[in-house]
Amino acid sequence: MTVELLSANHGAALAATLAARANRKGRGFCSGVYPITPSTECMEYLCQQTIEKGRVIRVESEHSAMGVCIGTAAAGARTFTATSSNGLAYMFENCIAAASLRLPVVLAVANRTMGPPWNIWADHSDALTLRDHGLIQFYCADNQELFDTVLCAFRLAEDRRVLMPVMVNMEGFILSHTVAQTDIPHQAQVDDFLPLTDIPHRLDDVPHTLGQIEVPHQTEMHRWQHHNAMLDVLQIYAEIQKEFEAAFGRRLPDAVVAYRAEDAETLIVSMGTIGSTAERVVDKLRAEGQRVGALRVRLFRPLPTEAIRAHFVGKKHIAAIDRNIGIGLGGVLWSETRCLADPATVMQDYLAGLGGGDVRPEHLVKMLADLVPRRSAGAPAIMEAV
Amino acid sequence: MNEPALGGMVGTPLDRCEPLFRKGNTNCGGCGMSITLQMLRHAVGERRVQLIIPAACAAVAGGTFPQATFGVPTLMTTFASASAAASGAASVAALNGEDVRVIVLAGDGGTFDIGFASLSAAAERNEDILYICYDNEIYGNTGGQRSSATPAGAVTTNTPDGKAEQKKDILAVMAAHRIPYAASISLAHAEDTHRKMRTALDQKGFRFLHVLSPCPTGWKSEPALGLELVRLAVRSGLFPVYEIFDGKRHVVNIEPDFTDEALNMYLSLQRRFQKSGLSASDLRPAIDRYWQNLRALSGRIVPARRDA
Repeated sequence: MTVELLSANHGAALAATLAARANRKGRGFCSGVYPITPSTECMEYLCQQTIEKGRVIRVESEHSAMGVCIGTAAAGARTFTATSSNGLAYMFENCIAAASLRLPVVLAVANRTMGPPWNIWADHSDALTLRDHGLIQFYCADNQELFDTVLCAFRLAEDRRVLMPVMVNMEGFILSHTVAQTDIPHQAQVDDFLPLTDIPHRLDDVPHTLGQIEVPHQTEMHRWQHHNAMLDVLQIYAEIQKEFEAAFGRRLPDAVVAYRAEDAETLIVSMGTIGSTAERVVDKLRAEGQRVGALRVRLFRPLPTEAIRAHFVGKKHIAAIDRNIGIGLGGVLWSETRCLADPATVMQDYLAGLGGGDVRPEHLVKMLADLVPRRSAGAPAIMEAV
Repeated sequence: MNEPALGGMVGTPLDRCEPLFRKGNTNCGGCGMSITLQMLRHAVGERRVQLIIPAACAAVAGGTFPQATFGVPTLMTTFASASAAASGAASVAALNGEDVRVIVLAGDGGTFDIGFASLSAAAERNEDILYICYDNEIYGNTGGQRSSATPAGAVTTNTPDGKAEQKKDILAVMAAHRIPYAASISLAHAEDTHRKMRTALDQKGFRFLHVLSPCPTGWKSEPALGLELVRLAVRSGLFPVYEIFDGKRHVVNIEPDFTDEALNMYLSLQRRFQKSGLSASDLRPAIDRYWQNLRALSGRIVPARRDA
């Protein structure tokens, strides 16, 4: 284990490189990459690495980047790519194709606002558009977590029981460009942790067709299988957490990360780096005698509903903080989790940091000050109006 | 296996035993893509092959899960991604030292239009891919809309008065990428087709084959006349059959006779040209200009021999 000073973008690329090299005795590694702010540094770093039995193809669009990943995985090799915002939107149909073809592509996303009007700063709305199409989604809060999650993503995606793409999300700039000390395992440790890629339905010599026409009942059953495999990820992830800890000596954070939540009356639920800010706010308010806790939804697909429900039990107030907006309804995290709260709980949605605005501790404090006197939830509120 | 055909050239014990394209497929009668695949089977022989197919008639013809029409491992991709996916598959084959030909089979929509960016990029990178475009000059799968491969004057379902614009010169565009091998293929000339398919299969780097693929459904023509229509298109000079090495060396393979008789026959046997009332005299100037250029490029001012 060595410690390196790395940005999250570089960390994601280094994790992918180690995973790529770990498959040198298998069918190797191939990746299609295309630059877009703020994920560009990830692909640049990957392009600078020497990978035995590996190739990085510099393609002409994100659509083709995912296209290369599909061809690579279909041929049985390990694969990875990175993108952001409009790039993710441009590769949208191929992300769905990779998922429906049940191909284990690992995709690092530096979350960014969709444009035009152009805005390069953080917003979760890009990745959330893909929530319903069979890709596993993690949202990370710090550099080490991102590095570890990318490594784990290969293990998870390629598990025979899973076989689907994994998206690892980091907020653009806020995390993607933050440089922090990151523990980097030795190649031998990664070799032990990641089995050689073995995709059962890959193209070999047996005549069979991937992605051909299906009639309705076949599609229905395939979607249902996909859905159930996705639900099984909750259990499989817990298994991989144990093996990760055994291999690297540190623990991968849980699917849902609770912080001083057990005896809290008021809970802040969020995703990504806002979750770290919320933990600092909890400490501050606890010191002032308020019973506040935080819950960070790290794994968004599959959504760990039972774990979230368990943490929601008995809370008086819950603030859902959304760095996204489902236009016409409200925050996506709020709309997906509000049904998990007790009927008596006042669960209020706060839209914060859309388009990359800072969400600082004082903002969260203000939101809680707005929330606690409420006897019933209102319509989703925007941070600036609170 | 069928009896040896094409002058004993194909259907011999040297050919691939398993068909590439199995019987019972859903292609229309007289489909040029079916003929292309039969020809390709003979050219492939015992070579290992993988097919990459974007959205196209070929994707439908591939059959309904879990049956498979194609007798080789096949990947269906999104419409614009065949060249990208083939780049990935070919790279993995190369990394593993596998002697596999990765072949893209795409229609003109997936080649001239929506797949063009990824095609151009894969050609620019000189990926080790054989790209076969079966060009029926129409979006056949969606019911017959115009593509940039549709010739001027042809009625399609979204150009009811006939398309106004000229057909894109895809072979010249591919040659401009300086790929090792690009060729147009006439299914009516089996020997030439066979030779070019073999050349393309065994060449390294990006290879592009452009097949004029008769489509009785879209061309409103008699299914049994498909090969005859191709022969007329070649004879009249409308579809030049030639090959380009490294984007530089142009070789004309089949000499047309440039007769108006052939051209008028070609037009009159397809109802898609009826409304615009196109005749040989309308097309002749453009054909002459094209050939003048081709003669200059090939360095042969005088025709070599007459095959058509």
